Amino acid sequence: MTAGPLTPLYDSDEMELSFGPQHPSTHGVLRVMLKLDGEKILDAKPIIGYLHRGTEKLFETMAFPQCLPHTDRMDYVAAATNNQGFCVTMEKLLGVTIPPRAAYIRMILAELQRIASHLVWLATHAIDLGAITPFFYTFRERDAILDLFEEYCGARLTLNTMKIGGLPFELPAGWLERCSAYVDEFPSHIDEYEELLTNNRIWRQRTIGIGVVSPEDAVEWGLTGPPLRGSGIKWDIRKVFPYDRYDEIDFEVPVGTNGDTYDRYLVRMVEMRQSVRIIRQCLDRLPDGPIMARVPKVLRAQEGMVYASVEAPKGELGYFLVTTDKSTQPYRCHVRPPSFVNLQMLPEMVRGHLVADLVAVIGTLDIVLGEIDR
Amino acid sequence: MSEALLLYLVIPLVKIVVLLALLLLLVAYLTFFERKILAYLQVRIGPNRVGPRGWLQPVADGLKLFVKEDLIPTSAQRFVFLLAPCLIIVPALVVFAVVPFGEPFTMAGRTITPYLADVNIALLFVLAVSSIGVYGIILGGWSSNNKFSLMGGLRSAAQMISYEVPMGFAVIAVVLMSGSLSLVGIVEAQRAAHVWFVLPGILAFGIYFLCGVAETNRNPFDLPEAESELVGGFHTEYSGMKFAFFFLAEYANMLVVSSLATVMFFGGWLPPLPNLLAPLWASPALVWIPGVVWFAAKVAVFIVVYIWFRGTFPRYRFDQLMQIGWKWLIPLSLANVLAVGLGVLILRG
Repeated sequence: MTAGPLTPLYDSDEMELSFGPQHPSTHGVLRVMLKLDGEKILDAKPIIGYLHRGTEKLFETMAFPQCLPHTDRMDYVAAATNNQGFCVTMEKLLGVTIPPRAAYIRMILAELQRIASHLVWLATHAIDLGAITPFFYTFRERDAILDLFEEYCGARLTLNTMKIGGLPFELPAGWLERCSAYVDEFPSHIDEYEELLTNNRIWRQRTIGIGVVSPEDAVEWGLTGPPLRGSGIKWDIRKVFPYDRYDEIDFEVPVGTNGDTYDRYLVRMVEMRQSVRIIRQCLDRLPDGPIMARVPKVLRAQEGMVYASVEAPKGELGYFLVTTDKSTQPYRCHVRPPSFVNLQMLPEMVRGHLVADLVAVIGTLDIVLGEIDR
Repeated sequence: MSEALLLYLVIPLVKIVVLLALLLLLVAYLTFFERKILAYLQVRIGPNRVGPRGWLQPVADGLKLFVKEDLIPTSAQRFVFLLAPCLIIVPALVVFAVVPFGEPFTMAGRTITPYLADVNIALLFVLAVSSIGVYGIILGGWSSNNKFSLMGGLRSAAQMISYEVPMGFAVIAVVLMSGSLSLVGIVEAQRAAHVWFVLPGILAFGIYFLCGVAETNRNPFDLPEAESELVGGFHTEYSGMKFAFFFLAEYANMLVVSSLATVMFFGGWLPPLPNLLAPLWASPALVWIPGVVWFAAKVAVFIVVYIWFRGTFPRYRFDQLMQIGWKWLIPLSLANVLAVGLGVLILRG
């Protein structure tokens, strides 16, 4: 070792800023190390792991059905789609086809969850950009969805609302009518949010041209969900690898053109309207019949590997399961969380922007640290 | 008691005490009204637990802040850190010394003016004193030894300095119209001109109010304390009563901007259309309304607009804010001075 002056890491004009993990707008416990020149971001490095609970390792110690409640806690604002992802993967592994009624109810629950998740995104995204009022409007509508969930399965956040091979409960009496009334009313509320934001001069100035992702980059970095579609790539697991009964449903996949924050905003707003459309069709066509396929009491897998994914509100949520012969628990379970993959793009998106744009980009990526750290 | 003692010591002292007490009370209740109005804008109820309908909420808030532990970060510049809250609250309150709230009235055979002083350069005084406030923010942000605070301080320095320029030009337009720098003189000029200055000076008013919102660091220009970006901005490290000073100063500054807008553009304590509707205002049903009520009503409207802004708009970005200031407001305000000057020249001959 030569004793000498330490090389300064930064020029004198540059400043290092630890943004988070206890920062109001890092959506949980994300920490971003920023290299700043004044307010300009020269570099950003997301640091994760503050919410690591070892979920994947836990899966290895539990029987398949016991894994389900743990999926709730990954993307904790969209528990139903997490359940759905795991159930779909398990059903693929076991070769089970679920009854149509179960599939339709699952789609209703998943789309309600998508709306709820997008409402949380909109609320926090808007509040990060200084618009505090949409938060209260969106949470009003989200509460109504949570009420529906509570009525169905007793929980509001960690739902554990699906079961491998179908559903745990039949719908309570009157639930369909209340759900129907909700989806009839909800589009008018989307109009309210749009009235506050879509054509707002300041909102447009804050979001147009911020965090632009080219279609090529979006594909190469493996973005999924609204961040991918905002860049103009029409890719939705519900369309390309339909699960449950999405192939029987008629809906559009909205795409943006510029790949900026504003386009991702518009994409999500249209997605909520499309979710309403899906729920409406499901409600109209809901078949009668059983809600559980015939599955053995103890689920045993054969040796093999399986990957299946669903379109979670934030992007492609995939489960990769490795099982040994006649095992009742996964040998290994890897989760592909959309937020984790989408977050990698953050440094590319904010480089050269200002600190104020960082919160806009974090907001537009719609990350949940629960599923990033797992 | 000698006449001079009464005139120069007792009456002003009483006025100061009354003014300060009323002002602090008003400012405290302003926070309550803001929370209430914001709550109604946001489909919720707002504070309603402390006292009847939440009316004692400001008292509870104040008490809480007062008994809170007074934290000073070990790495902070102690003296400057303590100085900053004083530097911000004092100018915000001092400005009210020259704001005329109403017409002189007679009490116990003595004419009493409902303002502390009618300074002949009141407008200059206001501008000068209120720009001291920016030191409080810069020093507070710097002395906290916190990067977020520093950035908040820098932002606000840039913001307040660049918005003071168009604000000054907007005020010049009023001075041109009234021919007086005294706030009382400006109100009297509006009575004499038979018109509120907002009509000929609509552009000046727009610029003034916009700059006023920016000067007071309120949404959509609340960058120095943007909590989603800079945590608490310049007051991140402040707690207890020192934080309360920053808080009170913000609301006092809102009152300052609203009061000045009322005085300069909306006829101060005069009722609407004072000359045209003079018989109406002199009628027995309405004549009892003192000027202070008109003044307060006009100020209240501005305050509601402030809160309305906060409930509606997202926040501008720093560079966009600078752009609005330098590229739009300053040229516009200069053109406005020219136009108003020409108008005055032509009309007055």
